[in-house]
Amino acid sequence: MAKVPVQFTLNGSEKAEFVDSGTTLLHALRDKIGDTSPKGGCHQGTCGACSVIIDGELRLSCLTLAETCNGADIRTTSGLAEAGVLHPLQRAFLDAFATQCGFCTPGMIMAAKVLLDHTANPSREEVVEALSGNICRCTGYEPIIQAVLTAARANSQNAA
Amino acid sequence: MELRKSYFADVRQNGLNEIGQPRPRLDSPGHVTGKTAYFADRNFPGMLHLKMVRSPHHHARIRSIDTSEAEKHPGVVKVLTAKDVPHNVYTILILIQIGPEDETVLADGKVRWKGEAVVAVLAETERAAQEAAAKVKVDYEVLPAVFDMEEALKPGAPLVNEYHGQNYYLYDSGECRKVRFGDVEAGFGQADHILEQSYQSSPIEHAPTETTGCVVAPEGNDRFTCYTNTQAMFFTLDNASIILQMPGSKLHFVGGTVGGGFGGKVDVIVEPIAILGAKLTGRPVCFIYSREEEMQISSPRAAEKVVIKDGVMMDGRIVARKVTGYTDAGAYSRHSPYGAQKGAAHYPGPYTIPNVWIDTYCVYTNRTPSSAMRGFGVTIGDFALEVQMDKLARLIGMDPLEFRFVNAYRDGDMKAHRQPTEGAALIECMQEASRAANWPVAEKYMAMSSYTKGA
Amino acid sequence: MAIRRGRGVAAINYPTGMNLGGDPTQALVHSTPTGNFMVTLSSVDLGQGMKQIMAQICAETIGVPTDRVIIDTADTDTGPHCMGTFASRGTHRAGNAVIQAAKEARQVMLEVAAEELEVNASDLETDGQGNILVKGAPQKSISIFDVALSAHFKRGRSISGRGMFLIPRSYPEKETGAMKPSTCYAHACTVAEVEVDDETGEVTVLTVKNVFEIGRALNPKMVEQQLVGGSWMGISHALYETTEPYYPNRDYGGTDFNQYLMPGPGDLAKTEIIVLERPSADGPFGAKGPGEMCANPQIPAVANAVFDAVGVRIDTLPITPERIMRALKAQAAG
Ligand code: FES
Ligand code: FES
Repeated sequence: MAKVPVQFTLNGSEKAEFVDSGTTLLHALRDKIGDTSPKGGCHQGTCGACSVIIDGELRLSCLTLAETCNGADIRTTSGLAEAGVLHPLQRAFLDAFATQCGFCTPGMIMAAKVLLDHTANPSREEVVEALSGNICRCTGYEPIIQAVLTAARANSQNAA
Repeated sequence: MELRKSYFADVRQNGLNEIGQPRPRLDSPGHVTGKTAYFADRNFPGMLHLKMVRSPHHHARIRSIDTSEAEKHPGVVKVLTAKDVPHNVYTILILIQIGPEDETVLADGKVRWKGEAVVAVLAETERAAQEAAAKVKVDYEVLPAVFDMEEALKPGAPLVNEYHGQNYYLYDSGECRKVRFGDVEAGFGQADHILEQSYQSSPIEHAPTETTGCVVAPEGNDRFTCYTNTQAMFFTLDNASIILQMPGSKLHFVGGTVGGGFGGKVDVIVEPIAILGAKLTGRPVCFIYSREEEMQISSPRAAEKVVIKDGVMMDGRIVARKVTGYTDAGAYSRHSPYGAQKGAAHYPGPYTIPNVWIDTYCVYTNRTPSSAMRGFGVTIGDFALEVQMDKLARLIGMDPLEFRFVNAYRDGDMKAHRQPTEGAALIECMQEASRAANWPVAEKYMAMSSYTKGA
Repeated sequence: MAIRRGRGVAAINYPTGMNLGGDPTQALVHSTPTGNFMVTLSSVDLGQGMKQIMAQICAETIGVPTDRVIIDTADTDTGPHCMGTFASRGTHRAGNAVIQAAKEARQVMLEVAAEELEVNASDLETDGQGNILVKGAPQKSISIFDVALSAHFKRGRSISGRGMFLIPRSYPEKETGAMKPSTCYAHACTVAEVEVDDETGEVTVLTVKNVFEIGRALNPKMVEQQLVGGSWMGISHALYETTEPYYPNRDYGGTDFNQYLMPGPGDLAKTEIIVLERPSADGPFGAKGPGEMCANPQIPAVANAVFDAVGVRIDTLPITPERIMRALKAQAAG
């Protein structure tokens, strides 16, 4: 099968790979590049576990072809902590006991990150809206909503 | 969440250092950084992908299978059929002496539910495996199918599973598990009212965000390491050993970090065939359910039908309860005979009733085999029991919560399965619910205790 | 046509462990040279937090902080047998096995400490912070770090223990069904409040108040996780979930999360959780299994609340708008 080159930055570092044409970004990240933080819960765009941030926007990596990402700036949950210090969202998820099996967690954190990047002080409704493309089967969502609200408060206090 | 320490304060142990402390979870930092390793996060060079050819029919005879086109498909490495599986007919609970073996790893001569695995295709890529699977030609002779449990139990119904010989599981007690306590007919005779009602559920999927699957790597020394999200390591290893006729010492299972289970990962389905693929090709193999397979192919919670007949007195006492439960196992047993039996042990619920009659049936139909799920054998029974309790209370004009107090079991009460009640706490839960929900009940109920018959 | 309110109650119990017993779990515990403790198991963590709870149980039993315990589980080359994680058995069965193994290890640890301190092992106690003290004379003490070093390099002792928990299998009597299904039961009572739109049949669960009795909350925050998530799943079962919406008809089954419905983050009931603890006689520190039963009482409570609201009984799960509308129509037709 014809291979196509893809080149992008992942969490700030340059990546270049050859992939089969038609390979999803999810496969490229997990199987080629070795970033397994995006999870494949459905490979059909219905669970949100594969969520990543491409050029500042929330994207489902299972529905994104790797070859369309040339030159893109891609962020995943594995790159969120800086020098071992957790991002406020990660901290808030820990403190709120918002993870059980953890399979949905990287995707949830990506969705929440994009929300907080755009909306400093989101309302509960805005948080709900932001998370509504992500399935969690374990937590009943409330701890996740609380974690995002807490992280938002921490963020805006730091900014103030 | 609030912990109400005033209840049972006399028996609660205090002065512990670690127990009762809200310590942070040691696995959560891995979860929030995406570092936690699930089975599918292992990737091996040269790994093959396994895809199943599945039955499009609910019930059919297989006249022939032609895999020649599929084998020629670019990227295909191996195609497996029933004859490749050393011990193709198995049942999971055989390890605890619950038989007979009644399910094929790959269909042999017959399919009994729509979606049943018939042929396994191993290829270099998922896409090649999928495309090749579509090229497998299976010639079916469609047979009449039965979906309704009552129909299945009628004489002359299509036989779902020949290994049983009839459309129900045969317990040592006969066609159902029985509980007999007191004299239920005498109880109905003395009752002020009798209410018989029927309840029904539909199959429910566990829907974990991580689908069922495994990754198998040959170790080069004749051993195989299987990374899996099974809920039961040795259960899976031992069943794989039987199916593959391979000593257990050749198998190494690694797991324990699972993206949700809820009972859906107790079946032994993906591992044996993936290990077989690895053995026959000498290559690593992954077999991971698609979301569609997880939803429609993996075992759901069984549909159940529960018929409850109660005799109740105007003062609120239930004097007789007869329950007939039907568990829809689908085409194969898996854990359903266990679940139906667990139902028999659970009825008549947390109530003290002097006359009880329970029959629970495990019924075979031509649908996706059902199996364990959170609350196995009990969840649907509780739905039926507790709606019935509500109806009974309204029938005699009593408050539904007070009605439950009248019948609640307490320490020392004899249960229908002839064990004295120990450690009851239903009354206290209801007292606290009465307060929390502002649903007042008479003082005498608030003064009751699970400890004694008192009050 | 109107939005109608109702409330319903349900009370339940639930057995801990595999029905009829006969489900073993084993555990091994050993210390490293510097006094950390390794628990070896083959139990599976499905996300409920089995690893963390086993660490706390081991720590409490040995007398060290939880972060001194490492859990090595679910590798069949190293872990002794566990029947599996199901039937609310993990904490109860594996917890008991860990306690037994940890007690044996603790005894060796105290014996080595006794030799170092030249006292009787029975005169020693742990402070939970990593030290072993002489009872009544706490100034005379030794750290577990030093005890482990001594055991390994000086005294040639293995600070280790074996644990096993098995409830003997019960066989039901054929005719009467006399049997022993379980040794302990968790309990719950739930009150649900709903709104039903009698024009569309749509149900909104406004509040659920859940009271759970679970023996002992070994880690209250983790218990809360289970109970909140379980309560959500119960409501989901009541109103939404099935793979065969027109059972026994096999058609129309959902194949993805768009068709297989569950409440999303915008559909949550206001959820209250109250926990009572009546320690079980044979549970680890009195614990019972809370993981399954917490999803059961909401289903009938919601069903009863729907009746309370609109006066129709939906005795078939799930309680969909379609079923409610059909029942309301039948009711109107008399
Ligand atoms: S894997 Fe992409 S949405 Fe589920
Ligand atoms: S924590 Fe398991 S799916 Fe969200």
